[in-house]
Parts: sequence; structure tokens; C-alpha cells
Amino acid sequence: MTIGIVGYGAYIPRHRISVEEIAKIWGENAENYKRGLMVSEKSVPDMDEDTITISTEAGRNALLRAGIDPAAIGAIYIGSESHPYAVKPSGTVVSEVLCLGNDIMVADFEFACKAGTAAMQCCYGMVKAGMIEYGMAIGADTSQGRPGDALEYTAAAGGAAFIIGRDPLATLDDTCSFTTDTSDFWRRNMEDYPKHGARFTGKPAYFKHVTSAARMLLERTGTKPGDYDYVVFHMPNGKFPANAAKMLGFSGQQLQQSLVVTRIGNCYSGSSPLGLSNVLDVAKPGQKIFMVSYGSGAGSDAFSFTVTDKILERRDLAPTTEHYISKKTNIDYGMYVKLRGKLKM
Amino acid sequence: MVHKSSVPLYWRLQKSRYTLTGTKCHTCNTVYFPPKEFCPACRRKGDIREFRFSGRGKIISYTVIRVPPEGFEKYTPYTVAIIELDEGTRLSGQVVGNPESIDIGRKVSPVFRKFHEDGPAGLIQYGIKFELVAEETPLK
Repeated sequence: MTIGIVGYGAYIPRHRISVEEIAKIWGENAENYKRGLMVSEKSVPDMDEDTITISTEAGRNALLRAGIDPAAIGAIYIGSESHPYAVKPSGTVVSEVLCLGNDIMVADFEFACKAGTAAMQCCYGMVKAGMIEYGMAIGADTSQGRPGDALEYTAAAGGAAFIIGRDPLATLDDTCSFTTDTSDFWRRNMEDYPKHGARFTGKPAYFKHVTSAARMLLERTGTKPGDYDYVVFHMPNGKFPANAAKMLGFSGQQLQQSLVVTRIGNCYSGSSPLGLSNVLDVAKPGQKIFMVSYGSGAGSDAFSFTVTDKILERRDLAPTTEHYISKKTNIDYGMYVKLRGKLKM
Repeated sequence: MVHKSSVPLYWRLQKSRYTLTGTKCHTCNTVYFPPKEFCPACRRKGDIREFRFSGRGKIISYTVIRVPPEGFEKYTPYTVAIIELDEGTRLSGQVVGNPESIDIGRKVSPVFRKFHEDGPAGLIQYGIKFELVAEETPLK
């Protein structure tokens, strides 16, 4: 029996702050940012939300769709660059809340924005090796952006969870990764905000890794862009994935459904996973999905999925990604400062 | 209320706080939250077993906290409500969201959130809070 995604779930906090609201504070031209980033607003976590709570809600939705005994999950790996603790795994809390049992392998992953897809690869390998029946992989973040920095317009919060196992709603046909030592974006230990190489984050970083991993997988699977119905890329903004699609020969139509960044911003480790969950919410049996994540530092994980008949019976068992995107409350910059803990009390 | 620095006490309460696990007496069908290990109605005839609540219920009463206890200053204003759970017991819990939208009789569902942080270096406590069910926008 084939291996792939047995259940999936999304979660996005409900607060949004618009590009206009941020630009107003810093005296910037909002239209320039909106045009340049192709982002209109971003999600903001509430004061009591973090990577653990987002992962829990996404994981709960994935379990609803999978319809399996939670204790049958043999591993949970959470990828994030905003784990609440430096030492103490997020996965222990999430596993306990979701009643996954104590016979379980747990570790937190970090690889900038691709830690969630790295977790999917590990679960896939362990299921394939027969070590576990099911594995839960989660990509979630409450991203940091220094006030006034370009990142502040996009650094958002959200996540998606995937249960990998047999009898899937989407088979994982193949996966591979492309990795180099390229320092385009980083955050040192104990630092609140990341640093980045501005334009250096583009050509030698995002585009090189995304296109290299994509071409590797297309060659390995003997497929071409036209064979796929949907394509999902990591979304630091709206422009990068659009350009990557063009460079590889994918059309705007193939990309459109996954482009959640324009309405919720860049959810870092949750970015491409949320793009994938939004595609699974509408994909039909037999359709093919191509996904490439990107994590600064740097690397890309590429995946090929084929949707199965199971999607029809499982899709409506949990809220859609669109449910969370449209369930929103807009806030001003003052409330944003409060919610993100930027006030010293 | 959990003392700020009581790590073992938080650990002992984890299961009920994370999953709303209480108990049910199978002799008289009474449910308890927080869990009781002994049914005060049936006494030695009681048959107490673990019982997991759905977390769905309605608001019986509520108060908006504007003068908070130590450690909760940054959260004000926030709402604490008495919730009647669908399975039939009442508990107090925090309702997330704008306090002005909260009202007696409104339906709620559970959300997993941070309860409290014991300072920047201490433990982060998590558990179930509640959010209003948006009747006008059904789940899709």
C-alpha cells in the first residue's frame, strides 16, 4: 500500500495587521510595499498563542481528518524557528494534549522555514522503513521581524500538520533535498530578531535552492511542470514564488491556490505547509501536486504528491485553511505591539 | 490557583488542564471537573472512572478582569467565565477574544492556549480556554 498524507490540518491565528498600518508608523509608502511584496496583510498571534498552541490546533485538525487512533502515531516532529523553549521540546506538550500516548518518538526540528517539510521527510522515511505506523509532521511559527525592518511587513504566524502513513488521501510519490552553506538569513542564540542579507536572500539563496531541488525532483520522477495540477513554494512574499514558478515553467494558474501569503503573510515553517493544506482543500482525486519548501541557511525540500479518492471522505472532517484565513479581526499597530509582547511592563 | 513556581503541581494538573479530563460516577452518572476520585453522592457504592469532556458549553456568567493578579498584567482586559459544559458540569475558565463580544448564554468551544508564564526564564503553563462559537459563520 502506498505511503503519503493520511490526514492534514491547518491553524492560523485570527488577528491581522495590514501593510498600510505598518507603513503608516514608519513613514513608508504602503503601495510600494504591497506591490513589491504582493502581501496585503499578515496574521498576528494572540498573546497566549505560540508555536505549541498553533501546532496543537493544527494537529487536532489533522487527527480529525485521519480518523485514526491517536495512540497509533509513533513519532511527532515539529519544525519551527520559534519554539517557545530553547531547551524543552514543543512536541512533548503537543503529544500529551493530542493523547498520542507515551510510546512515541519526539524531537523538535529547526531549519529556518523548511523545518516542517524536513519533519515530513523523516516521518515518510520511518513509515517506509516500517519503524512506525503513522508519524505526525508539523510546520508552525510565530515569526519575528524587527520593528521597522522589511520583514515586519510579512513575518506572520500559523502552521499546518500532516499525518504520514499508509492508505493516504495524497500519496507521497517522491521527495529530495538540495542543501548548501549559504548564510542569507539567521538568528543567533538569545537574539530576539533575525538578521538577513537583503537582496542576497534572492538569487543565490531562495531561487538557487528552490529551482535546484525542483529540477532534481522533476528529473528523478521523470515528470515535467505540465504534469502537475498545483505547485506550492515557500512564500517569503508573493513575488518570490511567482518568479520561481516562471523560472521552472509552472503557470500562474498552477500556483494560484497555494498563494496564501498574499492574505496572511509569511508563516515561516508554516508557509509551504499552509500552501499545501490550502491546495488539498480543493484538489480532486488523481490530481498531482508539486511542492518545494525553502529554509535559509540554506536548503529546499521538494515533494511530488498524487491525490487519492480518500480526499473526498476526509476533507470535510475538519475546518479548511480558508476557514482560518477568512476568520479574522484586523488590529492597529498599537494592539500589534501589545500582542507581540513589545511593551516593557 | 497554581502557585507560580510549583512545577510539580502544574505537572500533576496537566492531564485535566490539557484535555479537560475529569471523572464520572457510573452509579449515578454525575460528572466532575476537576476530577474527583470519590463520588460524594454514592459514597462507597460509587463507580468513579475517568471522563473526557468535549469542552463545548455555554456561558452562565462572566466577569472582565481589569485589575489582574500578579503575572497577568499584560493580558488585561480579559474575561473569566463560568461555563456549563454540554456533558453537565460547570467550571471557570478564560474566554479569549474581545470582552465586549462576550455575553451570557453564548455558546463556546475549547481552544488550547498559554495560561501563564512564570517570568521570562520560568515554566510556561498551557491549558484549555474557550472561544465564542460564531453562530453566524458555521464551520466549513
